[in-house]
Amino acid sequence: MKRRCGFLAVVLAPLLLAGFLAPYPYAEQHREHPYVPPTAVHFIRARPFVQEDGHLYPLRLFPGNGRLFGVDPPAVVFLLGSDAYGRDVFSRLLYGGRLSLATGLLATLLSLALGLAAGVVAGYFGGWWDGLLMRGGELAMALPWLYLLLAVRAVLPLHISTLDSFLVSTAIIGAVGWVRPARLIRGVVLSGKERGFVLAARGFGAGHGYLIRRHLLPLTAGVAGTQATLLIPQFMLAEMALSFLGLGVGEPVPSWGGMLNEARQYHALLLHGWLLAPGLAAIPVLLAFLLVADAWLFRRSE
Amino acid sequence: MKYAGRRLLHGAGLLVAVSVLSFLLAQVAPGDFYSQWRGDPRISTATVAALRAQSGMARPLPVRYGAWMAGILRGDFGYSLAYRSPVAPLLKERIVATLLLTGCATLFAWLIAIPLGIWSATRTGMWGDRLSTAATSLLLAIPDLVLAIALLLLAVQTGWFPTGGKESRGYSRMGPVQQLRDLAWHMALPVAVLVLGLAPVLVRHVRAAMLETLDAPFALSARAQGIPRRRLLFRHLLPAALNPLVSLCGVSLGTLLSASLLVEVAMGWPGLGPLFLEAVMARDFAVVLAVVMLSAVFLVLGNLAADLVLYRIDPRIRTVDG
Repeated sequence: MKRRCGFLAVVLAPLLLAGFLAPYPYAEQHREHPYVPPTAVHFIRARPFVQEDGHLYPLRLFPGNGRLFGVDPPAVVFLLGSDAYGRDVFSRLLYGGRLSLATGLLATLLSLALGLAAGVVAGYFGGWWDGLLMRGGELAMALPWLYLLLAVRAVLPLHISTLDSFLVSTAIIGAVGWVRPARLIRGVVLSGKERGFVLAARGFGAGHGYLIRRHLLPLTAGVAGTQATLLIPQFMLAEMALSFLGLGVGEPVPSWGGMLNEARQYHALLLHGWLLAPGLAAIPVLLAFLLVADAWLFRRSE
Repeated sequence: MKYAGRRLLHGAGLLVAVSVLSFLLAQVAPGDFYSQWRGDPRISTATVAALRAQSGMARPLPVRYGAWMAGILRGDFGYSLAYRSPVAPLLKERIVATLLLTGCATLFAWLIAIPLGIWSATRTGMWGDRLSTAATSLLLAIPDLVLAIALLLLAVQTGWFPTGGKESRGYSRMGPVQQLRDLAWHMALPVAVLVLGLAPVLVRHVRAAMLETLDAPFALSARAQGIPRRRLLFRHLLPAALNPLVSLCGVSLGTLLSASLLVEVAMGWPGLGPLFLEAVMARDFAVVLAVVMLSAVFLVLGNLAADLVLYRIDPRIRTVDG
């Protein structure tokens, strides 16, 4: 468990530190270097150099612009090559990952909040509320999730600013995913309601608000935590899907899905294989979340 | 049969609710197909209004819903303004293509998952089980999208597989055997992506379900009576473990259809996915609504089928439910 959390931290750190680790801003274009393959770094007496027009330029640590490494202007360092506009794929990959992660986290917060509210109300008050909320949940589950996501996205304006589209896609993803946590939390609340200490507190005259806050919500913490580790990677995938389909954040802001969409072009596949990098970068991140979620589930089941 | 009737009624109610909700949502959406001409100096506002009225968009809401619903029941899904043709014939081929893809993927995924899951469950803690667990975890972490593009890369680089589409040129002139081979050749990669995405999930569930029944007292007594291993696994334990797997079959349909949408778009398979995406982009709500309704129908039917199969094969449900 500890090792798996460590792996997760190691994988997420580069994304969180994107502003420091990336040698270039995500939108910086080098029009004279489109589709450059990954830059070769030469080591001469254990010091790294980059070649440009036959000259060697030293790869410098802390070049003074608040970034970890870089080279002086005429030379460029593209660790994972560049795209059609000569933008550094490595830098964009880090920034794009940060965006996916932010979407995953925010959407998870939203859907857990919705799920908690719905689950507690349905489980605690039961009756009419329960019926309404659970039927609503079935309704939300009556469509395949991506179809639902696209259908909801279709209703909203298509051409909106980058920040708006980030918020919109986060909100949609979070709002669409509330059903599963809500059902699980409802179950916990239903069984918790009849536990001895809850009945005792009620016998002493505790109100609904107090019972929920003090006794029932803490009971749901375990389920909510496991759900969070399961939902974050799912929602990151959903964000990738949306931006791949051209409905997420748009240019020039990078996202893994959007970058993969560029990589899908025939000539890109044939000649510029490094454009696939953002897809490969997603694998360790998702794997780390999966491993932590597995370990957590296993521990809870014991 | 009361149970079947109730499930059927429940599914129908769900579909009606979906239809009302999606119809309402499509109405409150800002802009429609005609709003693309709003700023166009060649087309006056009056013309646009007249076009709207002509297409019946100016009638009151319940009337439009009634007309739409009545049309659907007759198999008429409305008129696509972007394609300038009725929606139903547009959908027909797309549905076949999507169902072909998802159907084959389901079949192959289960064919892989059941033996592998059972094998893995009988070898817990041994290297075979560990290897299979590690492999499924890794496969689960690879997004379908990445798999699709990686396989596309393979197809482009080697030329072994086509890079999109459903049939080669001159398909209609081929003999039936050749047609089948051509179709299989085009389907191979999309189906492979879907299988690689679905099978790990199924393997994990089969393994978990089998582990549970392996521990059951009846399994121990059957083994003590000397029933051969293979017979024990497939005739005695698998049917008992089938319950969660059948409902999984219904539930996984939603995931599969979603994955299929992505794969279809990424690999150029002419299914419902690309059509849906284009309709969303063009604000062609007749097509959007039709695809939404269809996907809901697929899902509801899938779950209904799973419920009914479960009722047939699992006596435990029959006794509880009467």
